[in-house]
Parts: sequence; C-alpha cells; structure tokens
Amino acid sequence: MKLLIWYGRLVTRRRLLGEGALLALGSVLWVTLLVVLPLLVMVALAFASRSEIGEVEWKFTFENFRRLAGYGILGWSADYLLILARSVWVAFVTTALCLALSYPLAFFIAGRSRLTRAVLLGLVIVPFCTNLVVRTLGWRVLFERAGLYPGPFAVFVGMVTSELPFALLPLYAVVERLDWSLVEAAQDLYASRSRVFLHAILPQTLPGLAAAIILTFIPTMGAFVVPGLLGGEKYWLVGNLIQQQFGESRDLPFGAAICLALLLLTLAGLFLVRRKGADALA
Amino acid sequence: MTRRLHPLLAVLAIVALAALYAPLAAVAYLSVNVNRQGFAWRGFTLNWYARLLGDSAILEAALNTLVLAVVSTAVATVLGTLLAIAMARFPWPRGVRRAFDLLVYLPVVTPDILFAAALVVAFQFLRGVSPAFRPGLLNMVLGHVSFQIAFVALVVGGRLATLGRSLEEAARDLYATPWYLFRRVTLPLLAPGIAAGAMLAFTLSLDDFVISFFTYSVESRTLPILIYASLRQGVSPEIHALSTLIVLATVCLVVALEALTRFRKE
Repeated sequence: MKLLIWYGRLVTRRRLLGEGALLALGSVLWVTLLVVLPLLVMVALAFASRSEIGEVEWKFTFENFRRLAGYGILGWSADYLLILARSVWVAFVTTALCLALSYPLAFFIAGRSRLTRAVLLGLVIVPFCTNLVVRTLGWRVLFERAGLYPGPFAVFVGMVTSELPFALLPLYAVVERLDWSLVEAAQDLYASRSRVFLHAILPQTLPGLAAAIILTFIPTMGAFVVPGLLGGEKYWLVGNLIQQQFGESRDLPFGAAICLALLLLTLAGLFLVRRKGADALA
Repeated sequence: MTRRLHPLLAVLAIVALAALYAPLAAVAYLSVNVNRQGFAWRGFTLNWYARLLGDSAILEAALNTLVLAVVSTAVATVLGTLLAIAMARFPWPRGVRRAFDLLVYLPVVTPDILFAAALVVAFQFLRGVSPAFRPGLLNMVLGHVSFQIAFVALVVGGRLATLGRSLEEAARDLYATPWYLFRRVTLPLLAPGIAAGAMLAFTLSLDDFVISFFTYSVESRTLPILIYASLRQGVSPEIHALSTLIVLATVCLVVALEALTRFRKE
C-alpha cells in the first residue's frame, strides 16, 4: 500500500482515486450515455438502413451516402450536394465577414476608457445571450418589409449578426492585452504602417484569431435556425437537412450520414483555414 | 500616439452595434404599435402584452421554459461542481485527465445540431429500455443537463484553480472530517464560482433552441419553440410582445451575471 499526503491528508492512492471517481461518476455516466456513445453509434448508423416503418435495420450498406451524393430512385440530382456546398460557402463567407468586422471593432472597444469598454462589451453580450429565435424573428420582420425575405442576403445578414459576438469576444481578449511597446519599437525603427501591423500587431492577435475562426465556423456549419427562418425552402443548409431527417422524416440512418458529412466538412474547413493562415504568415 | 485609432473604426463600431440591435428594436417597436400589420405608427398600446396573459398556450410554454431551465440547472450545477472537484483535486494519471478534458470540451465545441442528433439517437435506444424516454420534458431536461454540466465544471474549475490548497490543508491539520471540510471550507470558498456556473447554465438553457427542438413534445413546448412554430403561420403582435419580454429578461440575467462575476473577482 503506497501512502501519500494529499491536501494535508494521509491516504492510499487507490482510496483517493476511488473517492475522485465517485465524485465524477454522475457526470461521466450522464455525458457518456447521452452524448459520447450516441455520437459513436451514429457512425455505425450511417451505414445502416431504415425499414418501411421507420425502424433502424442493422444491415451494412452505403445507400445513405449514395443518396447524399444524389443517387435516388428517380435518377441523379444535385440537390443534396448543392446544400452541402452552399453550407460550406455560407460558413466561409460568414466567418470572413465576422472577422473583418470584429477585428477593428475589438481595437475600437479596447481603446476606450474603462467605463465605456464595460458598456460596449455589455452591449455586445446582451444580443449574444438573447435567444437566437427572437433575434432572427426581428430580421424576418425587417426583411419581409424590405422584400428581401426569403433569400441569401437575409441569411448572410442573420448569420453574421448571430455569430459576430463569437468572433469579437476572443479577439477582444487578445487585443486588450496587446503589448503596445512592440508597436512603438517597430515605429521607432521606421517600419511602414503595413509592416507594423504585420510584424508587431498581427502575430500578437493570432491566438484570438484562431479561437474566433473556430468559434464562428463550427456553429455556422451546423446552423439551422437562421436559414430555416430567413432562407426559405430554396436556401436550405445542411442543418435544415439534418433536422428534417431527425424530425419529420425520422430517417436516423440517413440523418447520421449527413451528420458525418457535416463533421468531415467542418474539420476539413478548419484544417484548410489553418493551412491557409500558416501560408499567409510565412 | 501609437494608439490613435482611425475615425472609420467608430463608424464601423456603430454599424456593427446597430446591426446587433436592429432586429431587437424592430420587434420592440412593433410590440407597442397599435398597427397590426406593417410598420406605420398608429399609436402606443400595451394591448398585445395584456393579451399574452390571456393566452394559455403562451403561459404554458413560459412555465415549461422556466421549469426546464430551473430543473436542468439544479441538476447540472450539482453534477458539474462534483466533476470540477473530481478533476482538480485528485492525482489522476495523464490519460484520465485527458479523458476528463475531452468530456468537458466536447459540448463546448460540438455544433448544437450534432449534439441534438446524438440525443435523439440516445433516446431512440433508451426508449427500448423504458417508454419514459419519449419526447417530452424529461428528455429535454436530460438533454439540457448534458451540455450544462461542462460549462458549470469549467466555471467552478476556474474558481478551484485560484483557491490553492493551503486552506484545505490547514483545515485537515486541525482535524476536520472530510464532510466538515467540504461543508465549512471548500463549499463556502467555491460558492461564488458555483453561483456563476449556475447562472451561466440557466442562461444557456433559456438560450437553447436546437436541443429542445429535437426532443420536445407538443405539451412541453418552450417559448422559443412556440415562437418558431408560430412564425410558420406569419408573425403576430403578441409574438412581438413576447419576444420583447424575453429580451428584457435576458438583459436582467446578463446584468445579474455580470454583477456576480465582478463580486467573484473581488
């Protein structure tokens, strides 16, 4: 028996870990049973089929992926592939616009006095914490009036405004702690404005940028409230497709296949952004 | 002079803030306008708010939203706090530590739609065990707790990390029993963190639409689901009034949360 002193207490390692395991047990079981295992099951489900009455049949098949690629009973159609491609496009554009807006905005907020900073941040956080359905309803009312509902423009505006705080908050966190002495040093050495930005400011904000990209790109890829309420039937995104399979259609295997596609596309997108970002800096 | 910012920045900031508030302002405006259709101003009224009180579907949805948020927050706060203590206060081998981290960050980075889909799959199989797992309030609570746990654990864990071990060691040296130590030392020290974690979990539950939408039944509709469903039939001023009330409630919550975290830092 190996004894150790832990927080002023003499115990055996085994006993200590036993107690720890007991404390964690509830949460671990809960999340494993309801989320981790089902996510793993979904990988298998994507290769299963659905019986006439909507039950899952554990018969190995690539049918779901064939269907996603557009091969159906009525021949080939590009509908599903178009939705997937559109989702990636919308996510990229939204992420880019969010970064372009929130990067200068972070500097603007960080450059204010303490009180103004708190007020401005509060102003950003309130819509961020407001239910997305409520915020999107407001855009729907406005765009309906302007004759822009339903349509891509409405979707982009809805997406960018709903994700903006996700990009702004991590960027603000790094801009607020920016070391301005480096900027001064660069200026003292007669660096041009663009070189000051590229070599003294940008590298310092990279961790915030990376977080901003991840936090914006992942939710936009899976978005379904905004396209559902602002895009209409003709501007569906992959989120709407997934919702349809798990909701009205009750086609879990096909839904799981789309989820898998969404996951792979999200990871591929993030990987691409990372590569591109690394290239741009080099 | 290095920090001088371009005047364009101010314009951009105003545009961005305006874009964040335009939809909320539009809904608030319509909620007090006599005009039932369109934007033209026909006079101020609180009639639409009064009508909310007479609408049993809306009252029921409000009750569901509140019950769901309170129950799931209570469960998640207990579980998440215990998880945070378990993660921070025991000499886990590296592999276990990684597994814990994965468990905590999974709900934070998974898109809600995948999370919701996973829950649907889980309930599909659990229904084979017991019919209690049909769509409804129970499933919604189970679903909300499963993402709230992680956020509570992160907030409480942050507080735990700042505490250090000296106070607990001192209590041990003075012969405190484990229970006394927990009740009289650890818990009071953690209280602000637990409160902040609970508030965050509560806000997240109210903020959620996707997970509820995948697990609800008609009797257990929450306010966001009701609003989403009613939009299919076109927007009504009652919905605007309801939405404005939700925004006001959110403002109160954010201010309370802010006050709480400030208290924690002091």
